[in-house]
Amino acid sequence: MFDPEVLPVIFAALMGLSILLYVVLDGFDLGVGLLFPFATPEERDRMIASIGPFWDANETWLVLAVGLLLVAFPAAHGTILTALYLPVAVMLVGLILRGVAFEFRAKAPLVHKPSWDFAFFAGSLMTALSQGFMLGMYIMGLEWSLGNVAFALLTAGALSVAYSFIGATWTILKADGALQLKAVAWSKGGIWGVVLGMGAVSLATPLVSPRIFDRWFGFPELLFLAPLPIMSGALIALLWVALRHLPTKTDQFAWFPFAGATGLMALGFAGMAYSFYPYVVPEKMTIYEAAASTESLTIILVGTFIVLPVILGYTILAYVIFRGKATALRYD
Amino acid sequence: MDTLLLSRIQFGANISFHILFPTITIALGWVLLFFRWRFARTGAQKWMDAYMFWVKVFALTFALGVVSGITMSFQFGTNWPGFMEVVGNVAGPLLAYEILTAFFLEAVFLGIMLFGASRVPTWAHMGATALVAFGTTMSAFWILVLNSWMHTPQGFELRDGIVHATDWWAIIFNPSMPYRLGHMLLASGLTVAFLIAGVAAFRRLLGDRQVTTATQLRFGVTLGAILIPAQILMGDLHGLNTLEHQPAKVAAMEGNWETGPNVPLLLFAIPDEAARMNHAELGIPSGASLILKHDPDGVVPGLNDFVAEDGTVLHPPVAAVFWSFRVMVGTGMAMLVLSWAAVWMIWRGGGVAALPRPVLIGTVAMTFSGWVATLAGWYVTEIGRQPWLVSGVLTTEAAVGDVAAPMVMTTLMAYLAVYAGLLIAYIGVIFHLARRAAQGRQPAREEPRTAGHPMPAE
Ligand code: HDD
Ligand code: HEM
Ligand code: HEM
Repeated sequence: MFDPEVLPVIFAALMGLSILLYVVLDGFDLGVGLLFPFATPEERDRMIASIGPFWDANETWLVLAVGLLLVAFPAAHGTILTALYLPVAVMLVGLILRGVAFEFRAKAPLVHKPSWDFAFFAGSLMTALSQGFMLGMYIMGLEWSLGNVAFALLTAGALSVAYSFIGATWTILKADGALQLKAVAWSKGGIWGVVLGMGAVSLATPLVSPRIFDRWFGFPELLFLAPLPIMSGALIALLWVALRHLPTKTDQFAWFPFAGATGLMALGFAGMAYSFYPYVVPEKMTIYEAAASTESLTIILVGTFIVLPVILGYTILAYVIFRGKATALRYD
Repeated sequence: MDTLLLSRIQFGANISFHILFPTITIALGWVLLFFRWRFARTGAQKWMDAYMFWVKVFALTFALGVVSGITMSFQFGTNWPGFMEVVGNVAGPLLAYEILTAFFLEAVFLGIMLFGASRVPTWAHMGATALVAFGTTMSAFWILVLNSWMHTPQGFELRDGIVHATDWWAIIFNPSMPYRLGHMLLASGLTVAFLIAGVAAFRRLLGDRQVTTATQLRFGVTLGAILIPAQILMGDLHGLNTLEHQPAKVAAMEGNWETGPNVPLLLFAIPDEAARMNHAELGIPSGASLILKHDPDGVVPGLNDFVAEDGTVLHPPVAAVFWSFRVMVGTGMAMLVLSWAAVWMIWRGGGVAALPRPVLIGTVAMTFSGWVATLAGWYVTEIGRQPWLVSGVLTTEAAVGDVAAPMVMTTLMAYLAVYAGLLIAYIGVIFHLARRAAQGRQPAREEPRTAGHPMPAE
């Protein structure tokens, strides 16, 4: 039913989509965790309330991304994850800590609350850093050498800054009053970090990989690709203008920084995807070599086409139900 | 220790930790729906109080289930790359369907179920609760299909050593699946029944005389009393199915070395694999033959049949399977005695107040008995499959990754430390919530709900 040449591309696209959705969606709730040390205890409750109904579903996109890697590219899956064994473990422990701290902070005896708040921050930081680190190692072809680790440390920092930026813009959207003002200030600081991080990664990537260099700076590729950096620059400028005028009296445009941050992430991601196609393990294994059998991929794809729109539908429904400023998180 | 052994310990530790929480959430979702429905029908506050207490436990348990589950989905790649490489064409679609049809459903509607009561109409809130409960059950269905297929694989062919699916119907409805699914869902129901009864009994012991506490206690023991006979029957059927498909596992469960008739049902023994015999046997004559073949002269397979000519052992480690089986069945018997005694005392008259102190203490002691039996059951099943990872297709040894042993040791230690801490915190918080509820500080329904002054969910 499906062309065996096309299937791997479709699955690579699906995997890319769920990684992008994960980075944006879990990005904002990880970012909220990263900003915890800068908030007062009351503000923390408010920030938690803004992500309460969403964080679980957000993390499910990670499960889907890994799941697709696992089921569509079984050969690559083992190679990538065994090479990233330690950072994966750090990330998992981080995800565990923050996921449970979220619940425990409100249910454990009150005296333990500050400790669980700390666990929430520490878990978010471990997760963000290790994901950035893995991104860097992946770009460098999964070889553990000194230079590569240094580069990965750079991407670890960059991704953490990007997450806290999108977390701050989310807080602008979901908070009002003093917390919203604070979130604007966080975003103003964060955007410079994002510019630095994105710039550093964009510069370093073609420099360290001749293949990627050729893909970007050949002709006519350069022309097709020019919109990516130009649009990113324009978005950053717009974001900066918006942040200087926020919050507005009627709370207009409170959504814009979050939308802008999402756009930036998407552009960065598009650039990255272009650099790597058709490799699933950079420089070693293409998506065609790693793909599972056609029959199995077809079975999954049929289900995906039916179920994915439904999932997107009820995910949007949840965001509509919980639209507006964050209010009390209550079970009744 | 080598990478293989460490990886096995790590996988066993992770899945053991993970399964604790789904075991609770699968059935608790339906129980919450029941509480909600009773409240909608009767308007009695005691049902709402029960809902409000247990929804907190549900939220906490769900969070633990999700994060430990995410760990599980990475384990395949980090420690068992050979698994997906060889059976990925079967395991992949099953896991994908679990994620697509179950995980998203439960994760998205969980938000609405927990925090949406004041934002959506009652029917929509109950609908969300039902979808969460349905999602957890679907998740159990898909993962147990995969797990059962690993025990009794069919519907595939091997091409160049790689499994290719030929018949999905046969894969999904593989011979052990209905029994494993039924047995696990009942185990989940029992775990929740005894959890609810145990916490309510704890509150009674603290002097809590609220109506809801008595209702929850009665609900818990009644549910337990109903489910346990079904579970024993299902377990028996499961064992007969295993006898047909995995005789070596049954031989290990029975601790039987030689194939033959009139095999006794051992209540106690110390299996000795080096000497290939049992020490200190105590058993019911012909009992095992009776249970497995319904005939005292029935022939029961023995472990010595599963040793190759060259001495290679092809059966699972005996002592672990033998003892895990006894722990599970023993816990099941204790559940039977306690729940039936309690129900009998309650129905004889006097209601929950008629339960004497020792019975209440016994119920508290059994709070987490479902966990004990469930883990023991999984150890029987999983260890009983060794040395195979997928029976007859792939050995555990062949699937392990080539990560350095010290690295696996490091992560194993980290996981164990985190798990131990979280388990203590989890049990501590449940009893903390119970103590607070017993003091009448029920969910602060009276507190005014002011917008802009958010309180975190309790
Ligand atoms: C989808 C697959 C799957 C599922 C649902 C389960 N297992 Fe499993 N189990 C495995 C797949 C597996 C495995 C990958 O096949 C392992 C890993 C190494 C091994 O020996 O088999 C295994 C081993 C394994 C071991 C170590 C056995 C040994 O090394 O001798 C234990 C104790 C458990 N499992 C326990 C569980 C529990 C408590 C489960 C309850 C949820 C469970 N397993 C579900
Ligand atoms: C090796 C096998 C397993 C893997 C890889 C696995 C994976 C996962 C993952 C990734 C999640 C989190 C999903 C989310 O983000 O919402 C999860 C949750 C869950 N799992 Fe597993 N799981 C395994 C075994 C089992 C078994 C045997 C059962 C039941 C019998 C089970 C039942 C559930 C349920 C009900 C949830 C929902 C969350 C919760 O209830 O807390 N899982 N699992
Ligand atoms: C008292 C009578 C019981 C009998 C005769 C019995 C029988 C069995 C058998 C034979 C197996 C192994 C299946 C296999 O071959 O793989 C098993 C597994 C298991 N048992 Fe039991 N069982 C009993 C009680 C319980 C109780 C009370 C619980 C939990 C509350 C429980 C939970 C489990 C679980 C979770 C498994 C692993 C999943 C599976 O393979 O079904 N069992 N049981």
